Amino acid sequence: MLGAIGVGSVDDLFEQIPAEVRLDRALALPDGMAEDEVNRHLTALAARNTHADDEVTFVGAGMYDHYVPALIDSIITRSEFLTPYTPYQPEISQGGLQVMFEYQTAISELTGLPVSNASLYEGPSSVAAAGYLAKLENRRTKFVTSRGLHPHSRETLKTYSAGYGTTMVETPLTEDGATDVEALAAAVDDDTSAVFLQQPNFLGTVEDLGPLVEAAKRTGAIVVCQVDALTLGILESPGALGVDIAVGEGQPLGNRLDFGGPSFGFFAAAEKFIRKMPGRIAGETVDVDGKRGFVLTLQTREQHIRREKATSNICTAQALNALAGVIYLSWLGRKGIVEIGELMLRKTAYARQQIGLEAINPGPVVREFAVRVPELDGVIKSAREAGINPGYRLGQDYPEYEDGLLIALTERRTRQEIDALAEVLAGARVEAIA
Amino acid sequence: MTVNVPQEVRNESDTTRTIFEKSKEGRRAFVPPRDDVPEIGGVDDLLPASARRSDLPQLPEVSEPEIVRHYNTLSKKNFDLDTGFYPLGSCTMKHNPKLHERVAALPGHSRLHPAQDPEYAQGALELMFRLQGALSEVSGLPHVSLHPSAGSHGELAGLLLARAYHEDRGENRTKVLTPDTAHGTNPATVTMAGYEVVKLGTDDEGGVDLDDLRANMGDDVACLMLTNPNTLGVFDRNITEIARIVHDGGGVLYYDGANLNAVMGRSRPGDMGFDIVHFNLHKTFTQPHGGGGPGSGPIAVSDRIEPFLPRPQVVEVAPQNGSEARYDLDYDRPKSIGRLRGFQGNFGVFVRSYAYICSLGGDGLTEASETAVLNANYLKALLADPEIAEYIPVAFDRLCMHEFVLSGRGAKDKLGIKTLDIAKRLLDHKVHPPTVYFPLLVDEALMVEPTETETKETLDNFADALRQILLEAKEDPEIARNAPYSTPVRRLDEGAAARKPVVRQPRSSG
Repeated sequence: MLGAIGVGSVDDLFEQIPAEVRLDRALALPDGMAEDEVNRHLTALAARNTHADDEVTFVGAGMYDHYVPALIDSIITRSEFLTPYTPYQPEISQGGLQVMFEYQTAISELTGLPVSNASLYEGPSSVAAAGYLAKLENRRTKFVTSRGLHPHSRETLKTYSAGYGTTMVETPLTEDGATDVEALAAAVDDDTSAVFLQQPNFLGTVEDLGPLVEAAKRTGAIVVCQVDALTLGILESPGALGVDIAVGEGQPLGNRLDFGGPSFGFFAAAEKFIRKMPGRIAGETVDVDGKRGFVLTLQTREQHIRREKATSNICTAQALNALAGVIYLSWLGRKGIVEIGELMLRKTAYARQQIGLEAINPGPVVREFAVRVPELDGVIKSAREAGINPGYRLGQDYPEYEDGLLIALTERRTRQEIDALAEVLAGARVEAIA
Repeated sequence: MTVNVPQEVRNESDTTRTIFEKSKEGRRAFVPPRDDVPEIGGVDDLLPASARRSDLPQLPEVSEPEIVRHYNTLSKKNFDLDTGFYPLGSCTMKHNPKLHERVAALPGHSRLHPAQDPEYAQGALELMFRLQGALSEVSGLPHVSLHPSAGSHGELAGLLLARAYHEDRGENRTKVLTPDTAHGTNPATVTMAGYEVVKLGTDDEGGVDLDDLRANMGDDVACLMLTNPNTLGVFDRNITEIARIVHDGGGVLYYDGANLNAVMGRSRPGDMGFDIVHFNLHKTFTQPHGGGGPGSGPIAVSDRIEPFLPRPQVVEVAPQNGSEARYDLDYDRPKSIGRLRGFQGNFGVFVRSYAYICSLGGDGLTEASETAVLNANYLKALLADPEIAEYIPVAFDRLCMHEFVLSGRGAKDKLGIKTLDIAKRLLDHKVHPPTVYFPLLVDEALMVEPTETETKETLDNFADALRQILLEAKEDPEIARNAPYSTPVRRLDEGAAARKPVVRQPRSSG
């Protein structure tokens, strides 16, 4: 091969790098390992993590311990889905493109909004992407967020908006842990580009979205709502309530916990935003023989065509994770999406009733709820000794709930497990009083 | 909104029927777990009427065997890296070792909750810390954040870092320089980060035009974003001078790591003078691309940028009194630009890339880049064959790094076939075409990146395929113009799709 090139050695190929920036030593990294050795090393590292089968977990805060059906593993590990690049050549990518089209349909159905893209990175950055779309659309200078919006979403939105200079105003929660509609109405003005809500909110409160959307739209702001896809069989769709852009975290839809990623973010919007949406969009068309097919469409929004005039910089997103999402939604089906929502709703109510501690959000809740736990540190310790991870410490994001515990339920948590949690929490409460 | 899709009955044999079109009332796959809280009321008792769903989502009603058959059938309409050659320029489609899927799926990784207390996630944090160390060594920059989700996310993080750095010094700079050879993500990121793009020209050697750089570098320039080697496969010989000009002007130098696969162990962005680097773990460090993700875009930075890194940061807590090292998530970073996403990053990707680095070791990574450059130069030499080079010559004829760019101008003028036609005819040869029509400054461009994991035979076959296509076009250009012929569909009407977008399955047909 060197002869064909006309050089004497591989070193000669690197002569094109100026000597002063050539690395004149070996990389200071360990020697390579055999496959078996790497397998053992990684297995040993993995064994030092306490995962969701090692304990009964009530931790949620955006990612949840749902069952992932085996057919997802079987399909997404197929080389034909696992190893292609983004479908730039549609003739040899009809499988992936049709998956995107089906995924978009499922997300559109869930959100009640007509246009979905083919995925973004994950939940919080999808919230930030919605903010950027709002900024492009109306050029206004202020974002109003509910304090019930996921703390990671609020922080990500703030990080992104520091670039293009939009200011952020946060509106408080009521004493019942719901968004304060009067405070929200007061915060929204003619400069408000977009208002950001979450349903159910970070505490699990089912917000009264109708009046919130109305208050947000008073001055023509764009309404963005982060939603939990698995509650959309029982909760009103954002589209029906007048939300302009619905986004969310895709992990609950057939994706692994994976210590936080990769999952996917979904992004659906009203028709009028279709030419400003971020991300890939698959569309239906025909080939030269009139045969049905699918392509990436509206690419004039995208960075590889429009460069600095693109509506987003996103390139690689989360196609494989979105595939898991649409398989999951097909598996769940038309009945299952309602059944799983009802199960979560009822298990959440049961858990709150059994635990009986002071509720931070006493109104309607689904999937999560927050309680005040006296002696929280000790409670968590004794729960963990009993093999239970009792929930998420709210104090790390909400100083006003320093003693708050956010408890998450999925369809997987059994009555027995919930009762065990209630018992640990009750025992600790007794200790605190004594 | 509809395009003219023929309304013939889509029967069982029509593989374009969507899962929604296969729906039949009453079919299902999901069996809900036993309802063990019967005494709790129903939905009406627990939710106010105003919150209840009015129009139920019409998901498909299908059984498990139907789902499996549906998606398996769809998968067979995809071309993929495990099946054939994928010389897609700047995408680094190297082999994805199968071990990586196994170790990523270990429950200790895949079932680990991201909000797990760090005390109970020491293995994951150690893995991340070790990966940070390896990326630091490869890039020659001391500090690494694994936080960003993909390359363009890393770019955004990088420009927000540059902004935070300048603002911390009390400077308000408004412009970012990008060469005209840059990936599209660069200028798009500049706009998203609130900066103005200033485009730099390319000199005769394929590098940055130094005069243009000098003319544009000023105290209003925050950053120069550069890919080196660039998208022409050319290593910029003036890199030290470029770095000097930018730094003298008070700017920050950003390295787009899309082409890092050319230089591992041979040259390091930190040593070239760059302040910020992003890595594409789904390119250089072999995360399978998944048909468009997931990826991961860690960044490495110099000391002066470090205070502004995203949070949380994975840190080692120094061992005390002979105890073992511990790892933690550090949120206490007052100058941090903050989060750009939820939780800690695409950990599943980190597992695969860390396994890759363990397998290859330092010498193996170096050898990977050496072989990538060898393969690219060998393929370039094969394509210098006059039967090919007469029509699609190399745009910058010198030694290349890991990729090179051909111009299809000759084929267009002499044979009447465009680069698009060559690409489509390659599909019939069971090869994924190179990146086409990029970079923009090369007419009818074909950007070829073979990677190190291809054999000489595969490269020889690719050259033969191109030769055959050109010889065939000499006889009859219509063959290429109407290609492909052997694919599940033939050329698709993208114009119609964009004019009247149909982006979901209409409801009534379900």
